[in-house]
Amino acid sequence: MSSVLYDAQGPRAKRRNILYTAVFSVAALALLWWVISTLNDKGQLEWMLWKPFFTGTEAWSTYIWPGLENTLKAAALSMVIALPLGAALGIARLSDHAWVRMPASAVVEFFRAIPVLVLMIFGQALFAEYTDVSSDDRPLYAVVTGLVLYNASVLAEIVRAGILSLPRGQSEAAQAIGLRKGQVMRLILLPQAVTAMLPAIVSQLVVIVKDTALGGAVLTFPELLSSANTMSGYYGANVIASFTVVAVIYIVINFSLTSFASWLEGRLRRGKKSTGAVVGAGAVAELAAPGEHEDLQKAT
Amino acid sequence: MFDFLEDYDLLGAFWTTVQLALLSAVGSLIWGTLLAGMRVGPVPLMRGFGTAYVNIVRNIPLTVIILFTSLGLYQTLNVSLGADGVVETLNFRLSVLGLIAYTSAFVCEALRSGINTVPVGQAEAARAIGLSFGQVLRLVVLPQAFRASVGPLTNVLIALTKNTTVAAAIGVAEAATLMKKMIENEAQLLLISAVIALGFVILTLPTGLILGWVGKKVAVKR
Repeated sequence: MSSVLYDAQGPRAKRRNILYTAVFSVAALALLWWVISTLNDKGQLEWMLWKPFFTGTEAWSTYIWPGLENTLKAAALSMVIALPLGAALGIARLSDHAWVRMPASAVVEFFRAIPVLVLMIFGQALFAEYTDVSSDDRPLYAVVTGLVLYNASVLAEIVRAGILSLPRGQSEAAQAIGLRKGQVMRLILLPQAVTAMLPAIVSQLVVIVKDTALGGAVLTFPELLSSANTMSGYYGANVIASFTVVAVIYIVINFSLTSFASWLEGRLRRGKKSTGAVVGAGAVAELAAPGEHEDLQKAT
Repeated sequence: MFDFLEDYDLLGAFWTTVQLALLSAVGSLIWGTLLAGMRVGPVPLMRGFGTAYVNIVRNIPLTVIILFTSLGLYQTLNVSLGADGVVETLNFRLSVLGLIAYTSAFVCEALRSGINTVPVGQAEAARAIGLSFGQVLRLVVLPQAFRASVGPLTNVLIALTKNTTVAAAIGVAEAATLMKKMIENEAQLLLISAVIALGFVILTLPTGLILGWVGKKVAVKR
């Protein structure tokens, strides 16, 4: 699309583009110069502060790996618990019976409207007050609880969108050969829907990984972000270095997940064996917000 | 039962939440539109910058960004945003800055999806009558793209409203901070959580409904 917006460049347009490039470079370089000189003034570029990450394994084995492990553990646990819950809620929202559909809808709309952090704080206090989970385990429990409550309702919408994305002929054909409602869902719709919504599920994993950082900042959960904090205390206030390393790790993980999701999506869209139905990575942002969405209305 | 609520500034906390959301929304709309312009524009360097910005910022947790504005920008680099050392103002401004930096990446993508809904013929016709890239974008494509983007932008706004709670990480006195304080002081866990949850439902649900309706009204019928 973008190439449609402007003509093939003639001499004047080329000159103008060179001018824009020059102006933009100067602005960018000025900003870069300001950042580097400020960092230098504050002594943040000293090799001493960056050394722990490039020589020796202490910083990695003591701080980064354990933190990363906790981040991934919380994310994996939340996904594994939230998936079946979300599937159940999503299928319940498609039920023919109002008394099944309405409560499921209410739960899904409610938890999508509330920030994950509020759910985590609630989980933390809940485990402290009503259970005997030790205070060491509590942050993990709280983070997973918050993530499960929120993501189950988002996944419910992804599942619903996945099922609704299948061509109507699939369920009609299944009914025509005499399958019961449960069988249509279990044998025909769900297996195809799972494939269709894989890209959306992988993108939701990115959201979950990012949200685990809340646990580190607010609930003393020892994950990757909080290990950046600990490190900058231990290695002589190397805030910039620690944050850079941690941010790069997050970027690498999430960028690979995002790329994997769009590769999956492309494969499914091009695939000839399936119906070509797919809930794309782009749909996730929409399904995460409360309210009924257009894609779903069109399909019903 | 609700007596203890009088001891806390519930409305004040939610007002801070609303302020965070509105200021960040305006800021990220401006910066996000500029980014989208760069990403679809003819200058390769700006296109590369826009793409890199969006892909980097989208993949960093907002919590990391907001914590960095406080620990990195303020405490290490002494960027104080003209707050004169007033901690409340400073943290508020820092979190607005962090929220803008993060949300504009999503605004950019929402706008780009809107630009993609404008039929190719529109841009081609605009070029055929001799408009430049800036004019094509300003007069023909963006007005239609904005109308198609109301839906996606609404979702970004709702996500932003919920994301303002992350400002609790650097101690801005908004709803989640108040919730934590109330839970520590009162033995009313369920009631407190219900009140805070209700507050967010009141903020996000009508936004979705009203803007969803507006989105349908203004969408270009094709």
